[in-house]
Amino acid sequence: MIKPVPPAFIFMAGALLVPLLKGRLKAVYLIALPVLAFVDLLAMDNGTYWIVRFLNQDLIFGRVDRLSMVFGYVFVLITFIGVIYALHVKDDGQHVAALLYAGGALGVTFVGDLISLYFFWEAMALASVFLILARKTEDSNRAALRYFLWHFFGGLCLLAGIVLYALERDTIAFAYIGLSDPSTYLIFIGFCLNAVVFPLHVWLSDAYPRATVTGAVFMSALTTKSAVYILARTFPGTPFLIWAGALMTCFPIFYAVIANDMRRVLSYSLINQVGFMVCGIGIGTQLAINGVAAHAFCHIIYKALLFMSTGAVLHMTGKVRGTDLGGLYKTMPYTAVCCMIGAASISAFPLFSGFISKSMTVTAVAEEHFTIVWFMLLFASAGVFHHAGIKVPYFIFFGHDSGIRAKEPPVNMRIAMGMAAFICLFLGVYPDPLYRILPYPVDFVPYTAFHVLGMLELLMFGALAFTLLVLSGYYPAEMRAVNLDTDWFLRLPGRQFILFCQKPLQRFFESMNRILLGVVGTLKTWPRWAVGTEEKNDYLFHKKLTAFPEFIYARARYLKTEIKQLSFNLTYILLFFVVLLWIMLYWTG
Amino acid sequence: MSLQLPVIVVITPLVISFLVFLSSWWTKRSVFPLVLAALTVSLVAASVLLKAVMAQGTIQYWLGGWPPPWGIEYRVDHFNAFMLILVAALALLAAIYGRGSVEAELPGRVELFWSLYLLLITGLLGIIVTGDMFNLFVLLEVVSLAGYALIAIGRGNATLASFRYLILGTIGACFYLIGVGYLYIMTGSLNMEDLRVLLPPLYGSTAIRAAFVFILIGFGIKIALFPLHAWQPDAYTHAPSAVSVIISTAMAKTLIYALIRIVFSVFTLDFITANLPVFDILRAMAAIAIVAGSLFAIYQNNFKRMLAYSSVANVGYIVLAIGLAPLTPFGLTPGLMHILNHAVIKMCMFMVAGAFIYKAGLVDIRQFEGLSRKMPYTSFGLILAILSMIGMPPSAGFVTKWYLILAALDAQKYLLVGVIFFSTLLMIIYFWRVVEIMYIRVDTQSSESLAPPVDEVPPSMLMPILATGVLTVVIGIIWITGVFDPLVSAINTSFGLEARP
Repeated sequence: MIKPVPPAFIFMAGALLVPLLKGRLKAVYLIALPVLAFVDLLAMDNGTYWIVRFLNQDLIFGRVDRLSMVFGYVFVLITFIGVIYALHVKDDGQHVAALLYAGGALGVTFVGDLISLYFFWEAMALASVFLILARKTEDSNRAALRYFLWHFFGGLCLLAGIVLYALERDTIAFAYIGLSDPSTYLIFIGFCLNAVVFPLHVWLSDAYPRATVTGAVFMSALTTKSAVYILARTFPGTPFLIWAGALMTCFPIFYAVIANDMRRVLSYSLINQVGFMVCGIGIGTQLAINGVAAHAFCHIIYKALLFMSTGAVLHMTGKVRGTDLGGLYKTMPYTAVCCMIGAASISAFPLFSGFISKSMTVTAVAEEHFTIVWFMLLFASAGVFHHAGIKVPYFIFFGHDSGIRAKEPPVNMRIAMGMAAFICLFLGVYPDPLYRILPYPVDFVPYTAFHVLGMLELLMFGALAFTLLVLSGYYPAEMRAVNLDTDWFLRLPGRQFILFCQKPLQRFFESMNRILLGVVGTLKTWPRWAVGTEEKNDYLFHKKLTAFPEFIYARARYLKTEIKQLSFNLTYILLFFVVLLWIMLYWTG
Repeated sequence: MSLQLPVIVVITPLVISFLVFLSSWWTKRSVFPLVLAALTVSLVAASVLLKAVMAQGTIQYWLGGWPPPWGIEYRVDHFNAFMLILVAALALLAAIYGRGSVEAELPGRVELFWSLYLLLITGLLGIIVTGDMFNLFVLLEVVSLAGYALIAIGRGNATLASFRYLILGTIGACFYLIGVGYLYIMTGSLNMEDLRVLLPPLYGSTAIRAAFVFILIGFGIKIALFPLHAWQPDAYTHAPSAVSVIISTAMAKTLIYALIRIVFSVFTLDFITANLPVFDILRAMAAIAIVAGSLFAIYQNNFKRMLAYSSVANVGYIVLAIGLAPLTPFGLTPGLMHILNHAVIKMCMFMVAGAFIYKAGLVDIRQFEGLSRKMPYTSFGLILAILSMIGMPPSAGFVTKWYLILAALDAQKYLLVGVIFFSTLLMIIYFWRVVEIMYIRVDTQSSESLAPPVDEVPPSMLMPILATGVLTVVIGIIWITGVFDPLVSAINTSFGLEARP
């Protein structure tokens, strides 16, 4: 009988050994880690265990139930796929960071208290920064700093919230929190930042396109989805989240349509997809939570597939902008097919995995009679197809021929893409295995005439719109331009602040310094008494005060222990003995 | 098998210490593995003992099957077990470290050194497990004789230092023996447990009081309590590095253990509080020791000598904790903490001092310029130990000072709080000087004076340095988290003190 260990520790401890291995052994080891973690997951029973007492608090590393298991499975699965996709990478730092990152996500999934939650939360943020830094360009370095600042801000909010919460409620249990006190709002802000809730979403579309090819795969899967899991556990049924989620599904569409960098398009569509989940959490019914878990599962796989296929193109051609690419299907048919499977899944085409999960959330919204929200989600479904479903494959693999004749990516990338594509198709055709591991019992049937027809209508009209726009030339041309997002409101004041510090503030203090030095200088040279005072001060501080220990030392030098002082030593041992004996014998207490 | 553990801990190093010498006639290569094996066996046995003691309480062992009042008894309770592990672990670490430095400093006398070293460890472990006053004296002499020889084995003034230690140490042992003689005359027993039962009717007796004074002075010399510390700085300074490492840690702490054991287990708290102002005197002596030791340390230029005076101050801390024990609910806790903490910290520092001698031949602090760049890891270990000694949270030294201050406040001895703060200030002065010279001063002339380029010590010396350096921080965190609480409160309870972690 194997005794399971916290799966987070498998990755985190395993990551540290990666630099010690080389060549084929390292590849085998990297693949073995997720497999080991998966076996470990299978051996874990439902319940609460691995409780460690630390600083008078119970840290719980194993709080296992159906909700955490879904996320646990998919995190291990995507780590497996991501590791295979990244096997060709020579940079050990990236492997270590990715594994620590995955370990952090698994830790977040299975912890049962807020303190260790915070620990793993920060581990994730820290590890993922290195996946951006590993790109090693000026641009990515700055993006990594911004990403880190954002997450640092979120982490601080979370920490402050946790401390206040623990003081108020006298508990650190990681369970339903709900919005009530200021502390819960702080925690909420911390979680929402990772769940890219509007207007805290800008870090995602900023950082992900600048991450490494392989790092983006992990990042697209782990940070937002672990935040979704946490929100589903702590703030289900919060009305704010319904509207925030609905807004998140709609506004990125416009950005995505005008974005040129294909990975940025995918980043915006990631925000849009997470919007569906956040909306489902806001509803909070059993069907909605099921929908959230199922959608997170499917979304992780197909979004990783999309990031992998665009990443493969980036890896082979070095380009990822829509204006630079086109017509690649001739030489990269395999990648093109994978990309289209991912695109079909994210558009929720029937028979692809997006369909069986997205319709759950949408149905849950309909059942609770949020009509406006429902329309927003429908609009967003059509919009997804518009940008992620058609735009990405169209501009990369078809569209105008750019003349690039790149080869297919390395075999490990193809295997990883193939696995993800297979899962997308498999779940779309046969969703039963996924439905069986969802948190609540499922009596939802995706393939009804209503769902299929409704979805197809949406998609066909979306396709029609795209075709008409492109043919008529009204489709926004792909331009190299910077799109303004809400981070403009932060970046501009930030730059102004730094300018202010550099120029006026520094000038001011420099001039103050000069004036002060001038005054001191004149004082020193001008009246004689000033010189005298200074000399006196000098004498007091440097002679008198430092002489004090010297004085004691001189008096005590007979207690020194140099060899010639043996007779002194013997004398005072005797003296000491006599005194002590006298005290002891004649003391009456 | 587990019944024989108390004696296995002691007898293994004893037997192997002779084996080491014998086997070196055939091959010198067998020496070090044998030493390691002996110390490992002792450490493992000590660990098993601690586990057994935690589970079932005090373990008694009768040597040769003779029942206690006549035969020699080995008693292992929580305090013994704790000290056994500490000393065995320190001895093992020091041995791993010592291999390189002994071969460099004492060529041709390696097997002699290891044989004496094991004999010293035998004596220390014996002092800890024994439950017999006279047996303790015998083992004390084993330790001292091994110690004299180990110090004398060094070069330069080592012989003279050893001679001074011989004279003063023998006086100390005599004092102790006279005290034990008084007790024997009055009660007719030498067994500690037996004495505890027999003494109460004689509490008023002048002879018993005199016996107490004799024993106190005897141990005062042995543990180098301030006015009686005369032998110590010379001995630490001139001894070979590996010897300084072990006698400044394991030996000093074992003798402090013996003092605590006799004060609390034989004479008992009731006797002392009812009859003698011992704790007041101990507190006063400790306060003087803390300040004086630090003050002397400031004026030393020899690194090892500075560390030796710092040890005098730190012995003061432990004695201060003993003096405060009956007044506060903390009991002996700060003292127990500092026994462990100071042992680890000082071990690290003496190891670093040895490393500097090994690689650069430097003992004068003023010549340490630029060492931080030549031996970065060793210097880093030293920095960790220094920070811990000064009391940076959450290191081990901080925990000690924190609890000592809490205890002093609790006992309303505000002057002692002042003493602790003042001594910390003095510590910063003399340790900062080392840091400043090593890290901050520009390396001007030493690059030429150190003709062979200085680099890091070999891994076998570096690993113990870094291990103890990191331990100084880890132990502090362990104390804070309260893992040792059951052990500490069990020790306090066994001495009749209140226990609050």
